[in-house]
Formats: sequence, structure tokens, C-alpha cells
Amino acid sequence: MLRFLGFRLLRAAVTIVMVVTFAFVVLRLSGDPAQIIMGADAPPEAVAAFRRAWGLEEPLWVQYLRYFGAILGGDLGRSMRDGREAIALVGERIPATLALTVPALLIKLGIGIPAGITAALHRNSLLDRAVMMLAVAGFTVPSFVLGLLLVLVFAVQLGWLPSGGQESWKHAILPIVTMGIGGAAVLARFTRSAMLEVLGQPYIRTASAKGVPWRAVIWGHALPNAAIPTVTIVGFMVGSLIAGAVVVESVFSWPGVGRLLVVAVANRDLAVVQCILLLVAATMVTANLAVDLLYGALDPRLRTQPRGA
Amino acid sequence: MSELIAIHGLTVAFDGATALRGVDLSVAPGEALGLVGESGCGKSVTWLAALGLLPGKARIGGSVTLHGEELLGASSARLDRVRGGRVAMIFQDPASSLNPVHRIGRQITEALALHRGIGGAAARAEARRLLDQVGIPDAARRLDAYPHELSGGQNQRVMIAMALAGQPELLVADEPTTALDVTIQAQILDLLGALRRETGMALVLITHDLGVVAETCERVAVMYAGRIVETAATARLFADPAHPYTQGLLGALPPFDGPRRPLAAIPGSVPEPAAMPPGCAFAPRCGLAQPACGLALPAAVPLGPGHSAACLRAARALVPA
Repeated sequence: MLRFLGFRLLRAAVTIVMVVTFAFVVLRLSGDPAQIIMGADAPPEAVAAFRRAWGLEEPLWVQYLRYFGAILGGDLGRSMRDGREAIALVGERIPATLALTVPALLIKLGIGIPAGITAALHRNSLLDRAVMMLAVAGFTVPSFVLGLLLVLVFAVQLGWLPSGGQESWKHAILPIVTMGIGGAAVLARFTRSAMLEVLGQPYIRTASAKGVPWRAVIWGHALPNAAIPTVTIVGFMVGSLIAGAVVVESVFSWPGVGRLLVVAVANRDLAVVQCILLLVAATMVTANLAVDLLYGALDPRLRTQPRGA
Repeated sequence: MSELIAIHGLTVAFDGATALRGVDLSVAPGEALGLVGESGCGKSVTWLAALGLLPGKARIGGSVTLHGEELLGASSARLDRVRGGRVAMIFQDPASSLNPVHRIGRQITEALALHRGIGGAAARAEARRLLDQVGIPDAARRLDAYPHELSGGQNQRVMIAMALAGQPELLVADEPTTALDVTIQAQILDLLGALRRETGMALVLITHDLGVVAETCERVAVMYAGRIVETAATARLFADPAHPYTQGLLGALPPFDGPRRPLAAIPGSVPEPAAMPPGCAFAPRCGLAQPACGLALPAAVPLGPGHSAACLRAARALVPA
């Protein structure tokens, strides 16, 4: 178990280092922050002074080593725009993002999983087809289209809800629903196929053959098995709690991490972008690690320690 | 004799394709019946249909009675009491027939709770006794094992222990040894025989292996294309098969002694369910077929005590020329 955990932790660390390195290199190769931040018609001396101040005139590898050393010391750098610590800038946006993504995750789980199970249990019925048609519609429509559609109906036409901003809880409803619908659709399809796969297994027939009532077959025998593949996709959703709202935050002008990322990328505000990417990689990697551990708890075949003999 | 279970005119169709075309079969209390035939002839479907274990799209007709009580169309609550309690069933592939995420002990105690109302420590003790009874060593520790930690043969023993948990009057064993290697096969068959003697339960052994039947069963029913074509006491069937299909099956067995000879195969193949001939389904492959065989389904004709065959020729042989 410890060896298993150690290996997974090592792999997680390698993943994060790769993301950090990749982001560092690409950001510096894809545009000059000094030029963008100072403006196109800034005097060359000012641009040069800016470069010197941020250490941008040094070779890439020197910059990288310095940056990497700073990260290890807990310093994620400062914003080139206002000089504040990147971690503080990002940190103050996190609650706003979680205020959208956590309720959206609850909608995904609360609608997607029951809908998938119901569809599987009534396979090929009208109900199954209706659920699956909605699910296909739900995940083929991109979130920005769905978001605009909801704005058109509930903000513009009906006037029930605001179309953007963060002034009250009402402002959160449309972005939450937009994210919730897409995720619920994905989860419904995934749960349905996992459930159908399990219902076709011989041990389900065995349970019926020993007189287990059908409800108990579903709850006691089918669901624990169908949960195993479903956990993967739920883990992915948990992992994108921080980064999953980029598009929706932009559509609804919600001041979360996602909007900060868009603005920071446009400005080549290197430290802020890198800080966000590091955070995103860390949450995703943590969620994956949790999924791996959960697999072991759900599926005895994956536990590594030998039992009995 | 009073019948434990009686099947009359059982028909099953899936999406219009006929799987069973009127099966008549009965099992007496305590007897061991072999049900033989090749893959797809309807051996398993007969018993899955009888116990209501087929998927909802199956169209089922006829009658299945347990001590005179009709099972077809019975409420699911009643079927749940019959299944595992009065008629238990074990299957071909023991490894995938046990739930991979539950411990063995839990899977056995579940049946004990359902059919005998025992729970807690008493159930665990009884589960341990059952594992002992089916010959699993170190039963107390095995209760906490998962199916993947046991071998195929041991998993089949667990399946048998689970089946015994409800103290059934009949155990239907659907190809219980097909997925196991030969030495384990013999052990499982011996175990089934011994348990039958100990508990007095009846046994239906579904198999395509005539050798298995000869060793384990008192009576044999031969199935072909969704019907029973011949029934007889085991010794009589082997000595004096009346249906040309049974004769063909026996002819395909390698002889134990005498010179080596090429095995006689039955020419042709089983007709597709969608293209079943109107008369005897075996007629297109039968060397002795006559024009009349293609016209109507031959009824089962009694040929002696406990012996009957569904063949026009067998019927004619009774009438002295």
C-alpha cells in the first residue's frame, strides 16, 4: 500500500513539474510581456528597463532555474501589471469560482447519476430514449452557446435573472445551471453504459437466482460494481473545480479564476498565468490520486496487498 | 410418482426467434436428471424460463408447476421465495457468477437471510459449515476472501454452498464443470453426487457431455432445437437409444475398448431458429428421414417404462408389421 502510494505521489509530482515547465517555455516563446504590458508605442528605453527589472533579458534556462528555485521556496512570483503577489491575486478569486463550480458539481451528480441509472433500468423504453436524447443535446451544445441561450431566454426575454456580474446569488444561477447541464449529461450517459455493462454480468443473474429481490439486486449487487468506472469521470469533474469555469465565467462576466486566467494570458502576465496553471495541475493531480485510492476501496481486485493465500 | 416440478409445452421466443418449441419435462423428488444436447438447443433457456430469469423481452408460454403450483406469471415476490429457496441454480462460469466486490461470506449469508431468516453470527457460522460441507479448506478464513482470490473450482464450490444455503428441493446445475479442468470437473461432480445423497435434493445436470451424465444421473432427457426428443433411464438410453439424434450422439463418443475407429459425426448443422422446418427439426440431418417427417412435429411416443422418443420411426416400430 505504501509503495503504491509512494509511486502515485512521485508520478503526481512529475506531472506537475511537466505542466510548470511547459507553461514556462510556451509563455515565453509566444510573446514579449514587456512589449505588451508597456504598450506598442512605449519608448525602447522603458521597455528595456522593464525587461531588466523582471529579469527577462537573461537566457531562458537561467530564468527557468531561478523561477523553479523560487517555487520550491514557496514564491510564485509577482504580477507584472500591479506588482502584487500572484498567489494572492489568484487566491482572492478562488471563492468566486468555487461558488459556481461546487453547486454545479452537485447538480451534475444529483441529476446525472440518477438519470443514467433510470435510463439503464428502463433500457430501450420511451423514458430511456427521452433521457438519452436530452443527454446528447446537453453535452453536444458547447457551454458558451448554452450560456448565451439561457441568457437570451431567462435574462433578455423573461427578465427573471441577470445576464452577468456578481452582485447577488441570483447572478450565480445561470452560470451554475449552464455548467451543471453539460456535466449532468456526460455523467448520465456514462452511468447508463456502466450500469448496462454490469446488469449483463453473470453475477447479477446469480443474485436473482438465489432469490434476491430486484431492488436489492440493483442496490446491493449492480450499483457497487457500476460505481467503479463512474468514479473516474466524477474524479475528473472534481479535478476541474478550479479550472472548469473559464468559458462560463467569461460568458457571464463572473470574476473568478477563469476570468483572471483569460485576462492574464492576454496581458502575458507570466507569474499569474503560471500560478493558475500550477494550481489547476495540482487540483487535477490530487483528484486523480483520490480516484486511484477510491478504486482500491471500491474494487477488491485492485488492492495490491495479498490476502489469505 | 408425484412430480416435484413439471414443465408442459414450454415455449420461449426472443424477438420473434423461437428458442423453445414446446418442452415437456418433469423431475421427481430426489432424482438426478441429465439434460443433454448441443449448444443453443435450449437446455439452459428451459430452466432460466422456468425460474423467471430470462430478460423481459423473452416471450414465454406453457406451464411450469412446482408441486402443482404454477410458476409462470407468478408474482416476483413469490418467485423470489422459490428461487434459491426451493429451486437453486448454479452456472457455467463460477468466477464471473460471483459478485467481484463482495466477500464470499456475505454472498452466502445473503441467501441464508433471505430463505432461512438467519443473520449475524449464526449466519456466519452456518456459512462456515456450508463451506466445510462443499469441501473448502480453511473455511473460516475463506469467508472473508473475495472471489478473485479463489480458484475456479473453489468458486464453483462457493456457488454450490450458496445454492445449498436455502436448503432447496432441486438444484439445477447448468454446465457446472465446463469452465474447469478435468480433475476439478470430477471432484465437483463427486461433490454434487455426495450432496444429493446427504440432503435428498433432486439434481438437474445440464451438460453437453454424455460421459458426465452416465456417471451422475439416473435419467436422461435429450434436447434438440428447442424440444425434448428422447427421455429414458440412463442405462436404457445408452443401451437402446430410439431417436436417430440420440443414436448419432452416442455414435460420436469414442469407444473405450476395441480398435480405433473414426468418430461418426452427425452431418449438417442445427437449423437456425428463424428457419425451423415445419416438421421434425432433425429430419434434414437424419439418414432415416421419410417424407412424412417433414410434415408435422412428431409427438413423444412411450416406448417402455420411462422411455419415450419424439420420432415417427420409433412410433412405427411399436406397430408390428
